[in-house]
Amino acid sequence: MPSDGKFASWLRPDPSGLCCVPGGFHIDPARAVERAIITHGHSDHARPGHGAVLATPETIAIMKARLGPEAAGSFQELRYGEPLAMGGVTVRLVPAGHILGSAQVVMEHRGARAVVSGDYKRRPDPTAASFELVACDLFVTEATFGLPVFRHESDAREIGRLLQSVRAFADRTHLVGAYGLGKTQRLIALLRAAGYDRPIWLHGALEGMCRLYADLGVELGALALVNDAPDRLPGEIVLCPPSALADRWSRRLAEPLTAFASGWMRVRARARQRGVELPLVISDHCDWPELVATIADTGAEEVWVTHGREDALVHQIALMGKRGRALALVGYEEEGE
Amino acid sequence: MKNFADLLDRLSYSPSRNAKLRLMADYFRTTPDPDRGWALAALTDGLPFSFPLRRTLGEMVARRMDPELYRLSRDYVGDTAETIALAWDPQPATGAGAPLPIAGRGRGWEYQEDTDRFHAALNRSPSRGGEAGACGERGSPRLGDIVDELALIGRDELGARLEAWLDELDATGRWALLKLLTGALRVGVSARLAKTAVAEMAGFAVSDIEEVWHALAPPYAQLFDWLDGRGPRPNVIDAPVFRPLMLSHALEDADWAALDLDRFWAEWKWDGIRVQVVGARGAMHLFSRTGDDIGHSFPDVIGGFHFNAVLDGELLILREGHVAPFNDLQQRLNRKGIARRQLDRFPAHVRLYDALLLDGEDLRELPLSERRARLEAWHARVRPPRTDLSPLIDVAAKDDLQQLWRRTRDTGIEGIMLKRRDSPYVAGRPKGLWWKWKRAPLTLDCVLMYAQRGSGKRSSYYSDYTFGAWREGEEGGRELVPVGKAYFGFTDAELLEIDRWVRSNTTESFGPVRAVAPELVFEVAFDAVAKSTRHKSGVAMRFPRIHRIRWDKPAQEADSLEALVALIGR
Repeated sequence: MPSDGKFASWLRPDPSGLCCVPGGFHIDPARAVERAIITHGHSDHARPGHGAVLATPETIAIMKARLGPEAAGSFQELRYGEPLAMGGVTVRLVPAGHILGSAQVVMEHRGARAVVSGDYKRRPDPTAASFELVACDLFVTEATFGLPVFRHESDAREIGRLLQSVRAFADRTHLVGAYGLGKTQRLIALLRAAGYDRPIWLHGALEGMCRLYADLGVELGALALVNDAPDRLPGEIVLCPPSALADRWSRRLAEPLTAFASGWMRVRARARQRGVELPLVISDHCDWPELVATIADTGAEEVWVTHGREDALVHQIALMGKRGRALALVGYEEEGE
Repeated sequence: MKNFADLLDRLSYSPSRNAKLRLMADYFRTTPDPDRGWALAALTDGLPFSFPLRRTLGEMVARRMDPELYRLSRDYVGDTAETIALAWDPQPATGAGAPLPIAGRGRGWEYQEDTDRFHAALNRSPSRGGEAGACGERGSPRLGDIVDELALIGRDELGARLEAWLDELDATGRWALLKLLTGALRVGVSARLAKTAVAEMAGFAVSDIEEVWHALAPPYAQLFDWLDGRGPRPNVIDAPVFRPLMLSHALEDADWAALDLDRFWAEWKWDGIRVQVVGARGAMHLFSRTGDDIGHSFPDVIGGFHFNAVLDGELLILREGHVAPFNDLQQRLNRKGIARRQLDRFPAHVRLYDALLLDGEDLRELPLSERRARLEAWHARVRPPRTDLSPLIDVAAKDDLQQLWRRTRDTGIEGIMLKRRDSPYVAGRPKGLWWKWKRAPLTLDCVLMYAQRGSGKRSSYYSDYTFGAWREGEEGGRELVPVGKAYFGFTDAELLEIDRWVRSNTTESFGPVRAVAPELVFEVAFDAVAKSTRHKSGVAMRFPRIHRIRWDKPAQEADSLEALVALIGR
């Protein structure tokens, strides 16, 4: 086991977020900083106002679409796998499997390797490059679903339940709440993979990001806007942002049967709170077994936990004979998942 | 088990009656026997067993999970059975509590190899199941098989067997199995709704199912054979079973105004409990209105019966021809053993008012007047002891009847029944044939003391109220003593107002219960009040409900316990 503080000298949390000192940059900082590496485009990781942003081309496209072209002083693209030297630190971005363009930040400095995973998942996702495992000395992980009760069902099972419900309630509209960046597009791609080829109807707020995904080469099939619907869409699938599920907006639909695609739907009280009739456990994060397996697979002796349910995960890390540390970084939200 | 678990899961999240009916009808249509029959049993009268699981689950968790991880999970989920269902790791070697085997890992691993190994691990785990996973290989146990085993299993074997089942099921299946074992499904489905779904599946009316229901036993193979057209209708004509009752509607002012009294007759509404006496194949039964056989509590009554008939009447305590207060009857209900003394002190009696079957002949299609004539003739001939016939009230004018109704409280009668002379005996609550005209309730102004959160739709509202009346305190001064509890009688809008009031007048919280400042007065309506040793106040209200909310009335002016005690026997 390395001595205490092997990484503390060059990688440490500060009020803005996680800082790589010799590299002179922050990763996903919560406040505006001079230089930031952004792991992916979700708004709690990709904030506006940084001097310079380094990210994958897809993440930069997403940031510009969501935050405007002036969201950062300058943008620099770094493709997956390409090394870049920054003040004595060699940086690479490798796929994290979370959403389109999402990356882990691999840093090497004086013979030690640290990986900041950002948000990640390990299941195949037709809309995102698959997670690549990088062996390392320090692994920095999230813990959004860091409790043993979170074991996501298989995507195929959940999509099957949705399609079965559509068949059983053919006179009703299935209204599925899904986060607009990543989850929506993945849901569409999963439906297509399951052979669903009818047009999928969208709430207006979801249109832009779907178009961007299509522009970036992700095939989503026929999409249409609810505003253009000829009728109340009985028997059809409509996607909307979670906030629109209980909104008066949905009154235009045929006795909507509300579903919600999220890892949180695993827990009944969470599903009930939302008044969801069909909870779908589809997540863009690792579940507990995947978190545990990934930590083991990296071979890291030291594991830092950025945000989420860190108590249980840090306890588990100790059971595995590794040194765990909860960073309790602020500013990362988990409700959007 | 998988289909049944998925059904319970969907039901638990579906608020609409129609959606529930459709989910159940689909299930019954597509699920083979005997699984669907056991499911129907679980949704209606319950399975023939239940297990106290607390200790078993505790031991299982200790064997299978790290205690700290379990504690954190339980805290987060808030429900033991659900926590276990979700966190259960079918492969204790690779997840949850147990540390992963980590040996000889170094740098220089091929990433691809790691990923392959990872996916291989995923495929091994049955919880990954889905259609393609390993779940199918191991095979999910069938509901019927589980029930068969549970019927034979000893309590000491339960833990090991349960553990094996939990390993074989997915999370929904584990949740459903644990619910099934505790005997409380709580998925918002009444027995009648489940029967309605079975009926709709086959294009029958729910009354068709109810008519034969009590002649059947789980897993209801005979019922499904009949519904599917593969077998005859179950024969109930001479079966010693409960027949669904004909119920009445409460008479409102408008109904009374529109009522044509010439087409009706009136009977007293007795203050006992409705019973159905069934004699068939040499055995006698006494069923409550819900179809429970309470005959074992009333050997003094059915011991003297020897006949072949199905009769409708009221169970009463009768002393020298006088009907005793309902509270006396209560002394005979819900008791395991019967003491001789109880039989002597509280002699039971059945006052008959209708006949469904007499000597194997079904009379239910006949008009009431004809059934009554047959009943009178039969009773005069058979003369069963401890029975009489409920007399008809001889009045022709509405005004006279109203006079009688006003006096019912003085005579200890619950009210008046109005029955249409030509009414057939229809199961359920048909409109316009039978009316119950209950005596006006008693009322008392009480002070709200505690409010408790409701359940289901009301789970975010303080909707169950405990209220009190004033009495002299031991150290002088007045104090409130709880006299009853009610959770209906108010509108949704009023509920909202009370809920708001409770939240801003809370003095103490105990879990879902809040004590409130003694400042809000409820006018409580109730049918009667009786002495009770089980209540601190020494009295118990019957059928209390919130009549009015007296926002205007100062709590000090609410009624006293003495005022309530004075109403005993009224």
